[in-house]
Amino acid sequence: MLNIVVCVKAVPDPKEACNIKIDPDTKTLMRCEVPFVVNPLDKNAMEAALQLKEQGDAHISVLSMGPPEAGNIVKECLALGADQGFLLSDPAFGGADAYATAYTLAKGIEKIGSFDVVFCGMASSDGSTEWVGPEMATFLNIPVVTMVKEIVESEGEFWQVKASLENGYRLMRVQLPAVFTVTRDLNTPRTLSFSGIIKARKKEISEWGIHELGVPAELLGVKGSPTVVSNLSTTESKREVEMISGTREEKAEQLVQKLAEAGVI
Amino acid sequence: MDKTQAPVWVIADQIDCRILSVSFQLIGRARKLADELETSVEAVLLGDNVREQTQQLVAAGADTVYLANSPELYFYQPELYTEIIVKLAQKQQPQIMMLGSTSMGRELAPLVAARLKTGLTAHCIDLVLDKDRILEQKIPAYGGLLSIICPEKRPQMATIASGVFPKPEMDAERTGEVVELEVPIDVPRRIETLEVVREEPKGVPLESAPIIVAGGAGAGDPDGWQQIADLANTLNAALGCTRPAVDEGWADLETMIGQSGKMVSPECYIGVGLSGELQHMVGIVGSQIMIAINNDAKSPVFEKVDFGIVDDGREFVPVLIEKIKKYQEKKVTC
Ligand SMILES: Cc1cc2nc3c(=O)[nH]c(=O)nc-3n(C[C@H](O)[C@H](O)[C@H](O)COP(=O)(O)OP(=O)(O)OC[C@H]3O[C@@H](n4cnc5c(N)ncnc54)[C@H](O)[C@@H]3O)c2cc1C
Ligand SMILES: Nc1ncnc2c1ncn2[C@@H]1O[C@H](COP(=O)(O)O)[C@@H](O)[C@H]1O
Repeated sequence: MLNIVVCVKAVPDPKEACNIKIDPDTKTLMRCEVPFVVNPLDKNAMEAALQLKEQGDAHISVLSMGPPEAGNIVKECLALGADQGFLLSDPAFGGADAYATAYTLAKGIEKIGSFDVVFCGMASSDGSTEWVGPEMATFLNIPVVTMVKEIVESEGEFWQVKASLENGYRLMRVQLPAVFTVTRDLNTPRTLSFSGIIKARKKEISEWGIHELGVPAELLGVKGSPTVVSNLSTTESKREVEMISGTREEKAEQLVQKLAEAGVI
Repeated sequence: MDKTQAPVWVIADQIDCRILSVSFQLIGRARKLADELETSVEAVLLGDNVREQTQQLVAAGADTVYLANSPELYFYQPELYTEIIVKLAQKQQPQIMMLGSTSMGRELAPLVAARLKTGLTAHCIDLVLDKDRILEQKIPAYGGLLSIICPEKRPQMATIASGVFPKPEMDAERTGEVVELEVPIDVPRRIETLEVVREEPKGVPLESAPIIVAGGAGAGDPDGWQQIADLANTLNAALGCTRPAVDEGWADLETMIGQSGKMVSPECYIGVGLSGELQHMVGIVGSQIMIAINNDAKSPVFEKVDFGIVDDGREFVPVLIEKIKKYQEKKVTC
C-alpha cells in the first residue's frame, strides 16, 4: 500500500476583497476578518493523492499546521476523500517562518509514521515562498521535486515526474520516499460531494501540540525562525495620473492619441 | 575569520553552458554590498564545459569563482549541487548568499538553506545594509514593503528575480581567481534529472516586449480574458497577468508579472481590470508610460499610472481595439 501525506495550509480566502493592509499613519497592520480556505494549489496536491488512491491501494493522511480554525480545512480534505486528518496546533508554533514551518511539519510527518509520498502545493497564496516543501524534504532527509506538472510513472520505488521549467520541463527519476510540490497543470481538483461530507463525519482528526510532537520550544514558531520582520514601510507612487473622460468612443480615441504621441503604435 | 570579512556569494545559474543574465545582475549588486562591507565577491558556478565562462563572472565583478566542471553537472542535479554548495559554504562561511529566482534557484535555495540551518527570503525586490551592516531583504506585502532580516544565522540568503537589479558594466580587464572544486563521489543519487526539454515560448516574450497588456481578476471570465488577449494581439504586445488570472486558469504562470513572477520594463504598460496591488506593480520596472482601465474610479491602481480610464473593461476593450485598428490602417495608407 502507498502511504501518502498531503500538506494543506489554511489561507485567508484570496478571493476576498478585504485584504490586510498597512495603516499609513501608524505603520501597523490593519486586520480584518477573512475566512480561511484550503490554499488553492493544495487542492491540486489533494487531487493527485486521490487519483493515486483510485488507481491502486493507497492511504491518504492530511496534515496542516495552523490555528484551531484550520481544523475546518482538514475536515474539508477528509470530505474530499482523505482517510485521516492531522492538525498541528499550538501557540508555540505561532509566527513560524518557512524554516520553522517546514521543521514542524517534518516532525508531524515523522510522528504519523510510515509514508512513501508527501504532496505539497508549489506555493501558498499568502506566504508564497515555495520553501516549505524542499525544506521539509531536507529535514526528512528525502529527495524533493518542485513544480511537478505530470506524474509519468508511479509504479514501484522509482517514480518519473515532469517538473515545470522556464519554457519547458525537466524529466526527473526519483526514489521514494519523496516530497513533490505540485502546480496547477498537474490536474483539475474535484469538488466536494454530499456523500463525501457524510462519510467524513466518521473520520477522525488528531490534534497535536508541542507535547505530542516532543520537540523543544526553541526549534518552533518565532523562536525557531531564523528570519524576522525588522521594519514595515509604505511606498509612495511617483506618478501623477491624468484621467481620460468622455463617452466610451471618446475615451478610446483619446487613448489611441496618447499611445500615438508616445510612439508606441 | 573575522565575521565582517566573510565574502558575499552569488550562485551562478547556467543553461546549456550560457550564464543567465540574472547571475550577472546579482554579481553587480553583490559587488556594491561587498564594497560597503569591505569584503570580496565570490561566485559559484556548476556545470559542464563552463570553464571559459568564469571570466565573464569576474568581468561582472567577482573576485573569486569556485568552479565545478564535470559532465555529471551538465544538468542541475539537486543532491549533487546542494552537496557541493553546502560543503563549500561550511568551509568559506559567506555572510550573504544570493540566488536568482530561476527554476533552479527556487529549488536549490531552500535545499541549501535548510542544510545550513539558516533563513531564506523569497523574491526580494531590494537588498540593502542596515546600520548594523545586516542585510535588509525587502519584499512587498500588505500594500507596503517589509524588511526581513536574518539576525543571527549565516549566511543571509535571498532569491531575486531577473530584472530587479541592473546588469553591471562588464570589465573584460578585471582579474580574479578561479578555484576548481572536486565533484564529491559519496553523494546519494536518489534523484536524477534525466532530460531537459525546452519548448518554443508562446506569443511575444514579456521580457523584451516594448508594450505589455496585463489583465487581472476584472476580466471576469474566459471571454473577458480573450478580449484582453485580443488587445495585446492588436498592439503586437506581450500579454501579462496578475495572480488571480493564473488562479482562474485564464493565463499561464509564466506570464504572471510581479514579486513572485516576472520583472519587466516595457515602454508602455496597459493594465486592464486589475487593482494595482504592489505585489503586481513591483514587477513593472521603469515603464515609460502606464495606463489603467478599471471600472472603479476609486481603485488604487489610478494612483500608480499616468493615464486612467474608468470604464467596464469588457465594454471598453472591444471599442479600443476598433480604434487602434482604424489608426493603424490610416497610418499604413498615408
Ligand atoms: C506573497 C505574495 C506574492 C504575490 N505575488 C504576486 C505577483 O507576483 N503578481 C501578482 O500579480 N500578484 C501577486 N500576489 C497577489 C496580489 O497580492 C494581488 O492579490 C493581485 O495582484 C490582485 O490581482 P488583481 O488586481 O487582478 O485582482 P483584484 O485586486 O481583485 O482587482 C480586480 C480589479 O478589477 C476591477 N474590475 C472588476 N470588474 C471589472 C470590469 N468589468 N472592468 C474593469 N475593471 C474591473 C476591480 O475594480 C478591481 O480593481 C501575491 C500575493 C502574495 C501574498
Ligand atoms: N502551515 C502549513 N501547514 C501545512 N502545509 C503547509 C503549511 N505551510 C506551507 N505548507 C505546504 O507548503 C506549500 C508551499 O508553501 P509556501 O512555502 O508557504 O509557499 C503549501 O502549498 C503547502 O502544501
